[in-house]
Amino acid sequence: MIVTAGWYMGLAAILFAIGALGILIRRNALVMFMCVELMLNAVNLTLISAGRELGTLDGQVSVFFVLVVAAAEVVVGLAILVSVFRNRATASVDELAELSG
Amino acid sequence: MTFEIDYLALAPELVVAGTIIAALLLDLFLTRSKKYWVAVLSVVGVAGGLVPIVYMLAEGGTRSMFDGSYVVDEFALILKIVFLVSGYLVLLMSVSYIEADRYYQGEYYFLLLSSILGSLVMSSSRDLIVLFIGLELTTGPLFLLAGWRKGDAKSNEASLKFFILGVLSTAILLYGMSLLFGLTGSVEFTAIAAAIPDLVSEPALALSVLFLIVGFAFKASAVPFHFWAPDTYEGAPTPVAAYLSVNSKAAGFVAMLIVMYTALPGISEVWAPALWVLAALSMTVGNLSALRQGNIVRLLAYSSIAQAGFMLVPFAAAAVAGSDLAQAFSATVVYLVIYALMNLGAFAVVIAGARRTGSGDIDDWAGLGQKDPVLGLLTALFFLSLAGIPPLAGWYAKFVMFASVIEAGGISTLVLAAIAAVNSVIAFYYYARVIKAVWLDTPSEELLARPGREYAGSIKLTLAISMGLTIAIGIYPTFATYFGEASRVIATGGG
Repeated sequence: MIVTAGWYMGLAAILFAIGALGILIRRNALVMFMCVELMLNAVNLTLISAGRELGTLDGQVSVFFVLVVAAAEVVVGLAILVSVFRNRATASVDELAELSG
Repeated sequence: MTFEIDYLALAPELVVAGTIIAALLLDLFLTRSKKYWVAVLSVVGVAGGLVPIVYMLAEGGTRSMFDGSYVVDEFALILKIVFLVSGYLVLLMSVSYIEADRYYQGEYYFLLLSSILGSLVMSSSRDLIVLFIGLELTTGPLFLLAGWRKGDAKSNEASLKFFILGVLSTAILLYGMSLLFGLTGSVEFTAIAAAIPDLVSEPALALSVLFLIVGFAFKASAVPFHFWAPDTYEGAPTPVAAYLSVNSKAAGFVAMLIVMYTALPGISEVWAPALWVLAALSMTVGNLSALRQGNIVRLLAYSSIAQAGFMLVPFAAAAVAGSDLAQAFSATVVYLVIYALMNLGAFAVVIAGARRTGSGDIDDWAGLGQKDPVLGLLTALFFLSLAGIPPLAGWYAKFVMFASVIEAGGISTLVLAAIAAVNSVIAFYYYARVIKAVWLDTPSEELLARPGREYAGSIKLTLAISMGLTIAIGIYPTFATYFGEASRVIATGGG
């Protein structure tokens, strides 16, 4: 069996769906961050396999940008989570319900 | 491949980037009581960024770099003016507000300037990677700014909600981009547009376009992707909420229009109905939710959702009817310019009024007009302008919107125009409710007893600038029309 780019794309689609589902059903903010990372890595896999299939460098170059932005976002997200935890001692998004209406 | 760098074209970004670094360094050497110098530097830097833009506008022409990935045409310049002027006003209204909070003043300006730089980059992007970097640089610092009062549980919650939905939207947007790249084999908008006609029957293409729309709609907080907006606006510091409602919303919005217009005109039958639905839902849900808000920041949050719907109307209508998109583009830009001015004015009023009354609830604002007539008049001015009452600027925005819809023609656009008309009436009701509280309701003893403190000069300046421009555009709309006409250049020179 030959593993073509389509297989990688399919895997990426599955990873993306798992990540999206995780965001919807999990309530721990830390796990939600991890799900977003899973979605971003699905994006990277799609970019790389498409870039390889097309024979251009654009895909690989894009991945670097995505990686850097993802890393920066994790830093910001963890900082926010730490300040939430200091005030509340919880990481569950359901318990954050002061603002509504 | 050419890598010649046109420094004049990049000058606005370079000035702002230089200001960012200088602000960070200056902050290190200042004692706490002197921190306002960072604010002075930031304000000067942002105003300095306008100089090369005005020069390039006077000179005319289109400058293109990096194989057309970074284009400075009149459309980009107009947007840069909008982003810089609204950033300037937000900086001004932040000064006294952040000083009163007493912590991290230097970093505040650093983050706000970074976000402004992101929106400048975004307006010139004609390539998926540059667009993505610009958008992320715009929203990334805002996650932190929304949670600026980090001892306050509301502010924490605001930034966490904003962050989770923000990164989720980024992931969705990127997945759409990666599929689009995989199908068309390019990240450049012109090349994508050229490849589209051969791929129209591909189902994955429609999927990728929908992913892109969902991602952008989150950033622009269009219904049904708006849930984070009211909570974040309420919990964030008020100047940050003002920035979110104008700059960051406009950035998401404009990014969507640039991509649809320059990269995806070939499959407008996929995105045109989606935009139509987004526009109709944003107007209706935004306005209906605004009706039952007691907090004035939440009211402005829902009102800005509804205004984004109005802004989307000309473009959605023209795309559905298949008529001239350039015309619709200029109508949208005119609306955006006017909305930015009057909405920032309204937020400055909220900051001043919250200081005067000590509350953000509309009921507590009862009789503010007796206590402070000037502030009462300004409240009436900006809220009437948002409602679209002549001779204030808001009427012209609405006029341009309806004119372009009628020009587009067709049944579905007329339905959209009817929805917009009904919504204008609903919107008037809740804007008028604020004015009624301020002028007709009897003030409480508590409010009359509060000491009348002097406002900071910077907030007065913010109010004066936005008031002056709101009245000037309302009486002499040709000024705004110029912005609209110039922004059409994306149709010919740019792209």
